Amino acid sequence: MSTRARDLLRSALLSSLLLLVLIGIWHIATLPKVQAQGADDEYAKLMGKGASKSAGFPTPAQLGGAIIKHVSDPFYDKGPNDKGIGIQLGHSLGRVGLGFLLAILLAVPLGFLIGMSPLIYRALDPFIQVLKPISPLAWMPIALYTIKDSSISGIFVIFICSVWPMLINTAYGVASVRREWLNVARTLEVTPVRKAFQVILPAAAPTILTGMRISMGIAWLVIVAAEMLVGGTGIGYFVWNEWNNLNLTNVVFAILVIGVVGMILDIIIGRLQRLVTYVE
Amino acid sequence: MPFLQVQELKKAFPATGGAVTVFDNINFSIERGEFVCIIGHSGCGKTTILNVLAGLDMATSGVAVMDGREIAGPSLERGVVFQGHALMPWLSVMKNIAFAVKSRWPDWDRDRIKTHCQRFIDLVGLTGAEAKKPSELSGGMKQRVGIARAFAIEPKMLLLDEPFGALDALTRGTIQDELLRIVQATHQTVFMITHDVDEAILLADKILLMSNGPNALIAEIVDNTLPRNRTRHDMHHDPQYYRVRNYLVDFLVTRSKLFQSGGTANPAQPLVVRPGLDGALPALPPGGANQGDPQHLTANHQSPSHNN
Ligand SMILES: Nc1ncnc2c1ncn2[C@@H]1O[C@H](COP(=O)(O)OP(=O)(O)OP(=O)(O)O)[C@@H](O)[C@H]1O
Ligand SMILES: [Mg+2]
Repeated sequence: MSTRARDLLRSALLSSLLLLVLIGIWHIATLPKVQAQGADDEYAKLMGKGASKSAGFPTPAQLGGAIIKHVSDPFYDKGPNDKGIGIQLGHSLGRVGLGFLLAILLAVPLGFLIGMSPLIYRALDPFIQVLKPISPLAWMPIALYTIKDSSISGIFVIFICSVWPMLINTAYGVASVRREWLNVARTLEVTPVRKAFQVILPAAAPTILTGMRISMGIAWLVIVAAEMLVGGTGIGYFVWNEWNNLNLTNVVFAILVIGVVGMILDIIIGRLQRLVTYVE
Repeated sequence: MPFLQVQELKKAFPATGGAVTVFDNINFSIERGEFVCIIGHSGCGKTTILNVLAGLDMATSGVAVMDGREIAGPSLERGVVFQGHALMPWLSVMKNIAFAVKSRWPDWDRDRIKTHCQRFIDLVGLTGAEAKKPSELSGGMKQRVGIARAFAIEPKMLLLDEPFGALDALTRGTIQDELLRIVQATHQTVFMITHDVDEAILLADKILLMSNGPNALIAEIVDNTLPRNRTRHDMHHDPQYYRVRNYLVDFLVTRSKLFQSGGTANPAQPLVVRPGLDGALPALPPGGANQGDPQHLTANHQSPSHNN
């Protein structure tokens, strides 16, 4: 117990140290090169490239300032091109959540069917094999053309990229439920509905959740790209917009936010996964 | 008519180049309240017979009739204790048993189910472990939960597939005692597969001897004449014990490979022997040199019993 606590402390220390070193290197690399060479300095002034120019790569301090600024007022809304980070994140999370939910609604029941019926499995397998490797973004033009709404198209793209890992994992989990447990259900004359919900579902749940975790990882990758593409709202659009404003500080800030939110989403599903995992 | 009647049971599995007949012309019966063990070498088809009786597997031909009705599928009238305990790992001990009880009596309320389950948990000596998950139990405890689950649905017949095969000798002894006690108290009809000769002598009223596959058959039926109130501790003081034991071991070591369908044994009416009673020793001389394939006599020196 105490050794475990000590190990945790050690790794936390090492992580902090690494972070400090990285910030240090970053700080040194972005130091304004003014005092070093006078000639260059004057040249720079001549060319109008002062050290205070905001378009350069941000320093850690600038990023810190940006973080404080955004976090202290996350929900302001000053027109289509200037919304708080909280609002943008809300849009992205909403799309991911909705697309993900739709994917669950389709993939879990269909995966059940495929997992229980070798016939349906073989019938659907060619479709799955062809559709699965298609980049979700490749669907974007078709989605935009048929749906004619950029936000719903984003949801559709999330749906289509989340559906495959869930479908395949659900089918696999259902198909590999231990025969023994099914035989127990048979000898007890358990009804099909009860068998599905009380034997197969709990038995396959860890595999299904693994599929969901993979799906969520992909969905969070894809939403940024999709929003960059269609614009309007969302964290992806925020990145694109700040890039067009040449505000690299905000871009770096957004990257950090994307990473942290992705991590939180993964932790949430990981927790759920642990909840349904059983030891054999 | 006996409680369970098995007639001309045959099972063939499709194999490359035709079918493999695991067993053919299996005939035996079990009376109500009788404890019947079946012994035979690995792969001779014991589990297959048990699965047919459970309704989990279909025989190629032949019938099994229980209590006047042909066995055509799984039923709550027959409780099965599986070889690998088959507990659901995501359910606690109590919930594993409650799952079975709820299936048997769907309209019972929670309290009633709980009291019923508790009775059987206490019966197998697991009081206090109700909330534990199977992964937190020892092998012996898991097997007890499996037994409690099968008993809890109060089936007309209990089917046990090597229930103690994976246990160490000490645990095995304790649970054997428990099973003996429960069965004597409930007069449960039991069909059980075992590899352990001593276990068969302790528990069974009747021991079916199954010959080696393929084309296995019930070679003989040993009537266990040891007194019914025998216990694990005193039964080897009985001179009958050694006679029965020697007879069973002798069958497993040498004679089990001599019987094949079409031999001189009459599978339609397996010979009933009482080796425990003095003077009533084998109708067939040990070694049975007059039958079977001579090349089998030298082959196959498998270990006969798997008791540790
Ligand atoms: N599904 C199957 N397909 C083909 N052959 C099978 C199948 N199931 C069992 N067999 C064969 O049937 C024979 C009997 O199997 P069974 O499991 O009944 O043996 P057993 O007597 O229970 O053996 P053990 O003592 O090792 O448990 C074996 O030779 C096995 O190879
Ligand atoms: Mg077996």
